[in-house]
This record gives sequence, C-alpha cells and structure tokens, in this order.
Amino acid sequence: MALLRITSPHTQRAGHRTAWVMQMVILATIPGIIVQSWLFGWGTLINLVIACITALASEAAILAIRRRAVGFFLKDYSALLTAVLLGVALPPIVPWWVTVTAVGFAIIFAKQLYGGLGNNPFNPAMVGYAIVLVSFPVPMSQWLGVQDIIASGNTLSFMQSLQAIFHHLPAVDAYTMATPLDGFKHKDLLDSQTAFSTIPALQAASLNSWLWVNLAYLAGGLALLWLRIITWHTPVALLAALFVMATVFHLIDPNNTATPLFHLTTGAAMFGAFFIATDPVSSCTSNRGKLIYGAGIAILIYIIRSWGGYPDGVAFGVLLMNFAAPLIDYYTQPRTYGHKKAKTGLKIGEDN
Amino acid sequence: MQTATIFSFHGGIHPPENKAQSLQLPLGKPSLPRELILPLGQHIGQSSRPLVKVGDSVLKGETIAINNGFLSSFLHAPTSGTVSAIEERLIAHPSGLSDLCIVIKPDGQDTWTTLAPLYDWQENSRTDVLAYLSEMGIVGMGGAGFPTQVKLQGAHKNPLTHFIINAAECEPYITADDMLIREKTLELVLGIEILQHLVEADNVVIGIEDNKPTAIAALKALITQRKSKIQLAVVPTKYPSGGEKQLIQLLTGKEVPSGQYPADIGILCQNVGTCVAVHDSIYLGKPLISRFTTLTGDALNAPQNVEVLLGTPVAHLLDYADSAADKLHRLVMGGPMMGYTLDSAAVPIVKTSNCILAASKKELPAPAPEQACIRCGMCEQACPASLLPQQLLWFSKSQEHEKAEHHNLFDCIECGACSYVCPSSIPLVQYYRHSKSSIREARESNVKADLAKQRFEARKARQDAEAAEKEAKRLARQKAAPSKSAGDKKAAPAKVAPTAAPISDDTKKLKVDIAIGKSKLKKLQKQLLEAQEAEHVEDINALQLHVSEQEKNVASLEEQLAKTAPAATPAQAPAAAKAPVSDELKKAKIDVALIGVKLKKVQKQLEATPDDQELKDKVASFEADLSKAQAALSALGASTPAAAAPKAAISDDLKKLKIDAAIAKAAVKKVEKALKKAEEIQAPEIDAIRQQLQEAQKRADDLEKALLNPVSTAAQPTAKTNETATNLDADAAKKRKIDLAIAKAGIKKAEKNIALLKEQGKDEAEIKASEWPQKLIEAQNKLAALEKEQETAAPITTAPTVSPAAPADADAAKKRKIDLAIAKAGIKKAEKNITLLKEQGKDEAEIKASEWPQKLADAQDKLATLEKEQGANSDTATVKSAKPEPKQVEAKAESIATPEADVATQVKKQKIAAAMAKAQINKLTKRLESAPEDAEYIQQEIEATRQKQQDAEALLAQLTHSQDNT
Ligand code: SF4
Ligand code: SF4
Repeated sequence: MALLRITSPHTQRAGHRTAWVMQMVILATIPGIIVQSWLFGWGTLINLVIACITALASEAAILAIRRRAVGFFLKDYSALLTAVLLGVALPPIVPWWVTVTAVGFAIIFAKQLYGGLGNNPFNPAMVGYAIVLVSFPVPMSQWLGVQDIIASGNTLSFMQSLQAIFHHLPAVDAYTMATPLDGFKHKDLLDSQTAFSTIPALQAASLNSWLWVNLAYLAGGLALLWLRIITWHTPVALLAALFVMATVFHLIDPNNTATPLFHLTTGAAMFGAFFIATDPVSSCTSNRGKLIYGAGIAILIYIIRSWGGYPDGVAFGVLLMNFAAPLIDYYTQPRTYGHKKAKTGLKIGEDN
Repeated sequence: MQTATIFSFHGGIHPPENKAQSLQLPLGKPSLPRELILPLGQHIGQSSRPLVKVGDSVLKGETIAINNGFLSSFLHAPTSGTVSAIEERLIAHPSGLSDLCIVIKPDGQDTWTTLAPLYDWQENSRTDVLAYLSEMGIVGMGGAGFPTQVKLQGAHKNPLTHFIINAAECEPYITADDMLIREKTLELVLGIEILQHLVEADNVVIGIEDNKPTAIAALKALITQRKSKIQLAVVPTKYPSGGEKQLIQLLTGKEVPSGQYPADIGILCQNVGTCVAVHDSIYLGKPLISRFTTLTGDALNAPQNVEVLLGTPVAHLLDYADSAADKLHRLVMGGPMMGYTLDSAAVPIVKTSNCILAASKKELPAPAPEQACIRCGMCEQACPASLLPQQLLWFSKSQEHEKAEHHNLFDCIECGACSYVCPSSIPLVQYYRHSKSSIREARESNVKADLAKQRFEARKARQDAEAAEKEAKRLARQKAAPSKSAGDKKAAPAKVAPTAAPISDDTKKLKVDIAIGKSKLKKLQKQLLEAQEAEHVEDINALQLHVSEQEKNVASLEEQLAKTAPAATPAQAPAAAKAPVSDELKKAKIDVALIGVKLKKVQKQLEATPDDQELKDKVASFEADLSKAQAALSALGASTPAAAAPKAAISDDLKKLKIDAAIAKAAVKKVEKALKKAEEIQAPEIDAIRQQLQEAQKRADDLEKALLNPVSTAAQPTAKTNETATNLDADAAKKRKIDLAIAKAGIKKAEKNIALLKEQGKDEAEIKASEWPQKLIEAQNKLAALEKEQETAAPITTAPTVSPAAPADADAAKKRKIDLAIAKAGIKKAEKNITLLKEQGKDEAEIKASEWPQKLADAQDKLATLEKEQGANSDTATVKSAKPEPKQVEAKAESIATPEADVATQVKKQKIAAAMAKAQINKLTKRLESAPEDAEYIQQEIEATRQKQQDAEALLAQLTHSQDNT
C-alpha cells in the first residue's frame, strides 16, 4: 500500500482550470466577432486566422527555445486568447504583416520575454496593438464602413478581403471610411452639432454599426461576469468613469464635445471594458484596486480621445494603467480579518 | 429558545459535502484492538508524564500519565490491561513523526476503576472544577487539543459576552459531531450547562451548519423542552464556517483581532465533543478515553461513525470498516481540506482525531500539474481571511518575506480555500507554509546573529583591555630598566594583584554575586523574550532552562545572604510548609473577589428595579457569602502568620523565593502562550503578545505581592519592617553600595600603584614615602566604615522579621566581621608580599630578613588566638577558617544575644566562611588561568581552600540543623 503524502487541501474544484478560463473568454468574444463580420465583412475572420497561427507558432518557438513543455503550455489557450483579442481589435483589412507583427510582438516580447504567462506586466495584446499603431499609422486608420453609406454600397467579399489583406486591393478606398471616433476627432473647427450632421462617419448608420458592435461585446462581457471569470469592478468602474468624464465635459462645453452615449458606444469602449481591462495578469488584484484601475483607464481614454493624437485611447490607457497597477495594489490591500484597517503602501514593520 | 442573528464572512467555498456516506450506518463500536497506543503528547503543550511502568496492570479509566506543567493534560487507560511498553511509536502527525507512547495490552475484561463523579459541581469552587477537568484529561476535541481547563481560565480575562459551541463541522466528509449531537443530545446540553456555570457568559450559542437537519431538530426539541437559555444558530453551509475565527464572525459579527485570542474580545469557543466529555467526566466520572470518529472514503465498504477508544490503531478501524486495500490510495486524518496524510495505518487515534478518510484514487486524485498564476483573483474571492493569496504566492515564490508579512501572511489560517478554487492548480497553502517557516527561521537566525555579535563585541573588548594592560606593563618594565631576567615572571602576580584584593567582605561579595547573577538573569530573560518573539521553540526551551537555573542560583545566593544576617530565630521556615496555606489564602481571596463582583452586579440590577424581591434576596445571600468568604480569608490570613510564628520565619529570602517562583511561572506561561500562538495562529503580531504577557506577568507578581503583604503585615508584632520600609531602605542601600564600590575601586587603585612601585624596584622605604600606602589605608578605613553601615542596613532590607534584640546583635556581628575581614586582609597582604618577594628571586634569607614573614606570623598568631577564643565560646574550634573576634564585641554580643542568637551568629559566620572560601577558589582559579606557570602551587592552594569551604559548609549544615531543632 503506497500511500501518498501530500499536504492539505486534498481536493480541488473540478473542471475550472486555467485553460477553461481562457476558452471561456475566447468564446465570449464570439458575439462581437459575428457582429463585426456581419457589418464589415470577412476581414476580421481572416485576421483572426492569421493572428492565431502567428501566436501559436511564435509561442511554440519561444517555448522550445526556453526548453519548456510546448504542448503543455500551448494547451492553456493563453496565446490563442491574445491572438483573438488582437485579431478583433485590428482593422478588418489591415495587411497581413501588420497582424503578424502585432501578434508576434505581443507573444514574444510582451509575454514570453517577461517569463511567459502570468509574469507579463503589460497586456500583451495591447502592447502588440500599440506597436503597430505607432509604426504603421496608415493601414491602422483604415476602417471599413457599413454598406449603407460607403461609396461602393457593399461589403467586401471574401476574395476581396483576402486580396486586401495579402496583396493590394485598388478599389479599397470605395469601402473604407473613418470610424466615428476618427470622424469626430477630425471635425476640426466645426462645432459638435454641425459635425454630427455633416461628417459621414458621424451619421446614424455609422454610429449604429458601432453601437451594435459594442452591444455584442457587452453581451459577451456579461456572460463572463455570470461565469464569475471576471468581477464587475473593472468594467463598471471603467464605464462609469467614462460616462462621468463625458458628461462633465459635455455639460461644460457642449459645442466641442460628444455626448456620453457616443463615448460609451463607439470605438473599443465595451471591448476594452470587458475584455482588455479585465486581463487579470496585468491589472490590479484587489477589488478596490480594480475600481481605481478601471476608472484610471477611462480617464485616460477620454483624455486621449479628446485631446490626444489618436482617435481611440483604450490601448494606451490600459498600458499606462498597467504601469500603475503594482503601486495601486500596494495601496488598496483589502482589510484582512482581524485588522482594524487595511494596510497600505509597503511600510515594513508597521502594524495595526 | 431564542434564535441568534447570523452575520457572514468574506469568501468561503462550497466543496462537495460527501457527508451522506458515513451517515448510512448507525454508530459503530469497534472491538478491542490487540494493543492501544497512547501518545503522551495528544494535546498542545508539554507532553504528559507517565505514571506507570512497563508491566504495570491498569484498570479502565486509571490515570496513566499526569500533566507536566501548566499547559499539559492527564491521560487515562482506555481499557484494563497491562502496560506492555513505553516507547517511541509512529503518531498521527503531518510529518510522520514518532513520539513516546504508552502501549497497553488489553486484558479483555474492560474493568473500570472506581469512578468519582463530581455531582456537586455547582457547590464546588470553580478552581476545583477546573482542576477536576484537568485531571479527567479533557482537551479541546475540535482540532488543536488545547487543554480545556487552561482555555477556561483564559476566558476570565475579559467578561464573556459569548460562549460559542462549535458544531458547524464544515469540512466535507466528516460527520462525527453530527452523529455525536444526535446520539448524545442531552449529554451535550448538560455539558454546555456545566461550562456555562464555569464561565458565566452573557450568551450561549450553538453554531451549527444547516446541513445537519436531524441534529438541529434534536437540539431544538431538547432546548425548548428544558427552557434553556442556549441559543441555536443555524448557519449556511459554507467552508470554513467551522473555523473558530469564522464562526465567531458568523455568530457575533466581531473579528478576533490579529494576533489575539477570542478571549480578548470576550468570546469562548468549545467544540461539541469537548462539551460531552465535560459532561461524562462530571456526571459519570469518566475521564476522556474515547471519542467519536468518522470512518469514510471510497476505499471503505462500510463507512460509518464509530465511538472509538483512544489509542486504537487506524489499521484496526480500517479493518472494522471493511477497507478495500487495493482501492486505498490516500489515507487522510481529518477532512480533505485541512487534514493531513498518514504514511502508515499503524498510528493511533488520539483525542483530536475526528475523521479517517480512506480515499480512492478517483476520489482524491493526485494534484494536477501546477500552472502559472494568471492572477484571476478567484483565490481572493474565496479567502475567508480577506487576504490576497495571489500576491502572497508571488512574494512567497520570490522569497520577498517582508512583503509577504506586510500582506498579513501570518493571518492565513491555512484553510485551503484558495488552493481549492485556483484554476492553475497551485498548491498555495504549501507555499504559505513554506514561507511562514522560512520567516520564522530567519527571525531565529537574526536573534542568533545578534547574540553572536554581542559575544564577539564582548570578546573584542576584553582582548583590547588585555592588550592595553600588557602594553602598559611593557612600558612600565621598560622604564624600570630591564635589570632582571625574572621580569617576565613578575607579570603574573601583578596581574593577579587587583583580583586578589585583600579587602574581601563576605556579605559584600555575596551581594556582588547576587547582583551579577541578577543581571545575568535579566539578560537571559530578555533573550528568552526575544526568542519568544521569534517563536523559536528550541531556543525558548534552552533559555528557559538557563533562566530557571539562574533563578535558582540567585535564590540560593539570596538565601545565603539572608542567612548571613543575624536572625533572632531560625530563618529556615520551609517554604513548602507555607505553600498550601497561601494557596488556600489565594483561593479565598479569589472567592471574595468573585462574590464581590457578583454582588455588585446584582446591586446594580437592584438599582434599576428596586422592587425585585428576588434580587434583594440574591443580594442578601451574596452579602452573606461575601462575609463568609471574608471571614475565611481573615482566618486564613491569621493562620498563616500563626503557622509561621513558631519559626518566625517570614523571612525575606522566602518572600524573594516566592516572587521568583511567580516570575518563573509567568515565564513558563509566556513560553506556552507563544508556543500555542505559534502553532495555532502563526501570526506575526508579537507586540500584542508581548503586551499580554507582560500584563499577565505583572498580574502574577501583583498576586504574589498581595499574597505576601497580609502575611508580613499580619505577622508577629516583633516583625519590624514591612514591604514599604524595605523599599525605602532599598534606596539607601543602593547608595551605600555605590559608595562601597567607589571605595573599593580606590583601594584597588592604591594597591595597584603600590604593586607598580614595587615592580619598579622601589624599596619599601620609598614606597612608604609615597602617598599610596596612606591612601590605601584611608580607603580601607572608609570601606570598612561603609561596609559597617551597609551591614547595619542589611538586616532591615534583608530580614524584615528581625526581633528588637537583633539589630544590636547585628551591629556587633558586623563590627566583628569587618575586623575579621581586615585581619584576614592583613594576612593575605603579608602572604602576597612574600610570594612576590619569592618570585622576584629573593632567597629565603632575604625574605626572612624582610618584615613580611614576621608580620604573617603575627597575624596568624592573632588569628589563631581569636579562633580559639571564639571556639571556646561557641564550640566551633575545629573550624579552620573561623575568624578572630575582638573582645569587646564578643562581650557585647554575649550580654545581649540569647542562645539562639548565638547559634544564628555561628551559622552566619560559617556562611561567611564558606562564601569566602568559595570566592577564594574563584580567585585562585582565575589566577590559574592567567598564570599557568604557577599552576601546581595554585592548584594546591585551591585544594586547601576547597577543604576549608567543605569544612565550613559541613559545620554550617550541622548548625542549621540544630537551629531548626530549637
Ligand atoms: S486562483 Fe490561482 S491562478 Fe487565480 S489568482 Fe489565485 S493563485 Fe493565481
Ligand atoms: S489558506 Fe490562507 S490564503 Fe488561502 S484562503 Fe485560506 S486563509 Fe486565505
């Protein structure tokens, strides 16, 4: 009778492994992917495939170099999740090498070079995104428009999409259009009302398309909440802070700012709130920390959107708050049982 | 029946309960095993001390081991039979350790010893009931096995608001408490009533999880039927609601402050098993020899609860429950969340074993490979202590112990909830255990490093001093012109000179010894405290030993000192004889205090409702009780001095001994507390403990003082001084001591200078011409005067019961002693000078020509005459080292001293002699170290002195004996 000597606890919750967590997050992006593909054509799906292949290949390569068990780590789905998040975040017809660069950078530099899963201080997907955003600004600003308002009056076909991504599609200009955020950013001296009535990207059809995309991601996010994979703190703090910022500034200066609803339903607001900011590895740990972290991202998003050089600010907002996360963690420890108040900072030797 | 409000706690998990399996069958009673193995350490604290030897036959319920100190417990034979071995056996321990066990071979008769129930527990004093429980071997049966009487005593620290009975049993699989409640509902309630009588809490609450409907119904019915005040709090099923801290939070909404105990916030927790054991011992007289244990797991074909005798090997139970050996994969003692695996089924059931989980491979599969922490926060959501497990993991992995501590690592109760939910299968609790132990180790080594540093610094200082001395001597020799090749040898006596200072007053030396001993003691106590802080068990034990040794030393020195002071009557009142009286006195005092408190409480109530006849009656009865208790107390108080009167011996050393004892006790308590803490909570908040400990110690001291005060104040009218006077005198004494030290230093300096002059080859005349001899004599005179003063003061400070005749006698004695000392110093000086001359290479003739041999002879003559005189006077002529005694003093002594006083003086003298001889030996030993070339001579001298000392001590013993008889 060879008895096992193991310390307690001897049992574990069945089924809820890390791979399961990752799979669930990937599955939760499906409504968003469907809506995006329906509105903007095949590009997103092709991007996803490219991204996934790149991610798995680069992860496997690095793991092999680091002499880790390739199969074991690939099966945790974390590389795939990064790929999926990047795939849906990039514009649908971005050239393939942009996607490959972004994903490769995310996996190799932002994740594996820091020690692999769990050790990366920055959100890998957003690092990859930011790298291509600053390196290839032109392809990164080419979004497609919904069929109703673009010149060609149609979405790209599968072949066209392939052509646009892998080669060159001369007629692509007939399909592209600025995103609402982009449009609003470049309204120049127009006041808000005129902008919304004149700029094509700010017409109802365009706004609605983005509303749908955001609603789809909201649905996916709610599913994650329901599965208890994420807690409500980060998304709620993020959306609430974005709402408050937008409201305050809209009340102060209605002529040059957009409505809170506009901010919450365009760009990557919902996607960022539920899928990017909640990346557990690089965000805050305690509940109070998550509130601060989410709110901080929202404030940065609003600042970048309104006064920064880029139409959307989710990537930079998240990355900047990643910097601050460890510090926030030190100051937002929960009050431990039996202590009168929570400890803050890192004063060694102080007690309460 | 009242229902209690239920609060909630953070986190918690809902693992599959798996409780139904073991509730299918009724309670089982396994047969007697071939042998019963009873580990001596079944509880927290010191292991019990065996009372039986191999081969003894014991009856069921007979005490086979008794407590070994305060935090310890009794052990009883679970059945009748013979003790077949007392040896190391494997015990149930997380690390598979062995421990000393008493092994009993049952005779199959199961014959009970005579049982002595405590039916009248309500009439008995609380202390008696607690002592009874301790003798019945009752310990906490929930987990840690904390001796119940100690826990109940601790509960008196603060007024208790809640007395909580823990019936939550939140661990999966375990149903022993559930079964116990069902089977022994009445016993449980009666047991709770006894405990409530002992602790008098405002609320008595049974906390039980809602997954035990049968037990809840049974309890409800009984409580309603008995119209009991006990509340039943049904809490939602959630692991770990049965953790002490969590249950307290559930039932009271309060949290036990980190590093403290429930008693600190007025809460006491007891396990249901303990309550039933209390009932069985009080009403039936049965000691704790069996318990309910769950046998469960897929590898058993007949999982069930059993009432099992302590000491039954697990293998026997597995057989009983029909285990399938091929399926057995993991054997866990305790539940799946906090239990530990057993290597072998040979280990016995002990007082705290609540479950044996024989799991198959499918049931408790080997842990999945650990993956990286993705900081998903699921652990944090589950942690009942509101910690950040993922951060703790990070700090543990990277060995950032300070950060881990800062994140309250030591508040982790190791419940395992975080590991249970972790999607990456990280064995978080293992990491925490490892970090905790490394932190403890680091603390220990810090303490060690500090000690090493101290030692190093001390050594360096000594070496520096030695080097400086050598250098000075070298310079001196250079100046003295290197005329003689024997110059090297000179170094030795010169070095010895200061240490061999001739002015040696015995009492003074004793005092110095005591002072040194005390400072050593203080240092040791400090170290001990540090060790306790560091929760370093081995150090604590070693230091504890040192401390008690040192305490003994100091006590014996003090005794000596006290005895050197003349006491009109024998001072050796045996401390033991007094102890029981003071115990009773203490008890009486406690009674008075308790009744007083109760009275006050009732009076307060009465104020609120002045018409309540019942309350008035109560007040009256309490008042009666109070006066009764007070009468008892004063009777005891009177009897204490009365008992002591014949010997008139409430002497100071006795008192000091007592205080020492109290301090020692407190120290022990401290260690135990620290230990308990280390084991139970493992929290880092040492300051809090230290505070508590100091308070406790202070209380203990106060108690002792309170005990002693009435004794000394109520003592005979001849008792001259009491505590306060002693305190006042202490200041004066201190000042005098300082003066003495200064004078002595002056003498040393003078002597050194003289020695130096001699070394430099100056002849006697020159030396005499120099100022130093003059100074030396002056200083010696001063010293003598001071010492005299000191001596007159001594009897006051050291012997408060001196009779009026004594001081005069003491004065005489002192003077005599001083004279003796001076005479002796003269001899020594002469001897030293002779040695010096010899060393300087002078031949015999030259030495003889010098004045010293003459002087020596004179002094020796004088000494001899004095000795003879003294001998004629007091039958101690055989003592070699008896000292000369000036005539007029002797006359005076004769005129005043009673025969007893005379004996006392003798005693004192012998003590002095012994002490002096001892001091001499010390000195010589020191000299031996510094001057190895003279080894032989010094050895001889040491031998001689030792002989002297032995003689003196023998005589002393004789005298003391005769003194006792008078
Ligand atoms: S549950 Fe496990 S993986 Fe998740 S944060 Fe805690 S330790 Fe990390
Ligand atoms: S084992 Fe410690 S850290 Fe983990 S849940 Fe329990 S108390 Fe919290």
